[in-house]
Amino acid sequence: MSSTTTTTTVGTFAAPSRRNTELALLVFAVLIPVFAYVNVGLAKDGSVPAGALGYTLGLGLLAGVTHLVVRKWAPYADPLMLPIATLLNGLGLVFIWRLDQEPKISTPQLGGAMAPGQLMWSTLGVALFLGVLVFLKDHRVLQRYTYISMVVALVLLIAPIFFPARFGARIWITIPGVGSLQPGEFAKIIIAIFFAGYLMVKRDALALASRRFLGMYLPRGRDLGPILVIWALSLMILVFETDLGTSLLFFGLFVIMLYVATERTSWIVFGLLLSAGGAVAVATFESHVQVRVHNWLNPLELQNGGVTETAQSMYSFGSGGILGSGLGQGYSRLIGGIAPKSDYILATVGEEIGLAGLMAILLLYGLLIERGIRTALAARDPFGKLLAVGLSGAFALQVFVVAGGVTGLIPLTGMTMPFLAQGGSSVIANWALVGILLRISDTARRPAPAPAPSTDAEMTQVVRP
Amino acid sequence: MSELTLTVMRLGFLAVLWLFVIVAVQVIRSDLFGTRVTQRGAARRGGPEPRTQRQAAPQQQRRQESGGRGGNRQRRGAPTKLVVSEGTLAGTTVALQGQTITLGRAHDSTIVLDDDYASSRHARIYPDRDGQWIVEDLGSTNGTYLDRTRLTTATPIPLGAPIRIGKTVIELRK
Repeated sequence: MSSTTTTTTVGTFAAPSRRNTELALLVFAVLIPVFAYVNVGLAKDGSVPAGALGYTLGLGLLAGVTHLVVRKWAPYADPLMLPIATLLNGLGLVFIWRLDQEPKISTPQLGGAMAPGQLMWSTLGVALFLGVLVFLKDHRVLQRYTYISMVVALVLLIAPIFFPARFGARIWITIPGVGSLQPGEFAKIIIAIFFAGYLMVKRDALALASRRFLGMYLPRGRDLGPILVIWALSLMILVFETDLGTSLLFFGLFVIMLYVATERTSWIVFGLLLSAGGAVAVATFESHVQVRVHNWLNPLELQNGGVTETAQSMYSFGSGGILGSGLGQGYSRLIGGIAPKSDYILATVGEEIGLAGLMAILLLYGLLIERGIRTALAARDPFGKLLAVGLSGAFALQVFVVAGGVTGLIPLTGMTMPFLAQGGSSVIANWALVGILLRISDTARRPAPAPAPSTDAEMTQVVRP
Repeated sequence: MSELTLTVMRLGFLAVLWLFVIVAVQVIRSDLFGTRVTQRGAARRGGPEPRTQRQAAPQQQRRQESGGRGGNRQRRGAPTKLVVSEGTLAGTTVALQGQTITLGRAHDSTIVLDDDYASSRHARIYPDRDGQWIVEDLGSTNGTYLDRTRLTTATPIPLGAPIRIGKTVIELRK
């Protein structure tokens, strides 16, 4: 606890509210995707796309409304998170729209054009973001629902087992007539609430009641229980839903939050050992995971008359080079299917705006995560600290898992790049995540109320002998 | 569309994207170094840098609102910061801006003590009307010590005198 409280006092400095900075950045964040949009139109058809003005006004209106709501309901919130999220979402829309222009991967069988749908989901996501800011007055309210959120998260994680598998993984809930939902994305936020509430209460028992052995702190059996349960659960997801990404996220989140709460390196050692053991065990008998690992190790192997998607995504990074081929002038359609719009959208980004652009995008993710961690440092209450660490940790893990998978660092797992990739659940859940982080940062940066002139206290002191 | 236009747009887009990143980092930078200007000594000494003035101004205003002792506290020798010199929080500093600093294990304290010997609302440090900083024990179980003496009443704090709460030692410094 000591290192988390060391920085508590930093938050007591009165930070300026910086809403005007946010507004300026937000205008910037709206104009960049519009520029990209016009650029794609000029490159593909030689003319400014017809919807350019409407798109600008729509995105501007959305950003303006969010800004006004933040100004009213969270005046001291972090000035960077909203513009960065807006920029990433806007760029994601442009890239999806750009891939919709490729007739080969936008056939009706593959779902047709996806940008309009994604625009609708983004609007819903922003609406949820606004809802969080307006109705969640204080993030500490969430602390009351610690165990309820555990149950809800488990239900959300288990529900997809009862629905048919798609693309080799059971992570969707299909509601006939409405569409399909990926509950794992929402479970990510809810499980962070549970971990924060649980660890806040159990932190001291986990950190202090342990035996020292070979320089490591061995936790007691009764404290080890929860981590084993979480481990078993994440393995269960892996086995029954063949969802590598979510179980990695789930378990990584728990290890991160456990470490932040207890400051015991031994928990990280335990966590890594358990996850490595679990991954190896599952990889030996689960064929879906085996295929992924095999594709990762042998990307150039011929399959169905071509190389693997992993190899194709690396080709697209390679053909992009440092400065990229230019927006709308890449060939990432060759990856095939709808993969370039969802899992492999980073390959399109890497090809069309090159290493320089990809690094900028990754830095934007990094900045968003940094603001989340910074919020955790500035937060005054331990629940807020843990929740902010958990949410930004989940976000960071998701970015790492996807970017690592696409660039060939780790086996590819079916997760979506937050805000950038096509996927309704993902964009809605991540907007809600940013909303909660903004709420915590508003509480953390809000200046402490001015001290009441304590004349009464001085009077009593005079009387005291 | 001519090749040249597209190349210019391509490089322009990258430039704009990086400009956004750089502006965002600048915002963080002012956030990181912004806390330093809250130390009044530094703010006065430092030249008329625009940012320094902008951030110092509201504080000045607030100080005057809370009791009209703005002019008084500018005198020489007044402490500008509170430093935790021993204990788990060693190294923490809090700028003294005329606000009351509460110490204790309660989570809403200004300095949250992680100390088994501290009470949840242990002591507070506040300026009196002349700008002299006062420490007062809030009825703690194990007491607050100024130098070696246990506090019984609110006592003015000499510059650099150690205030001991459990294992934590706090000093006021210039």
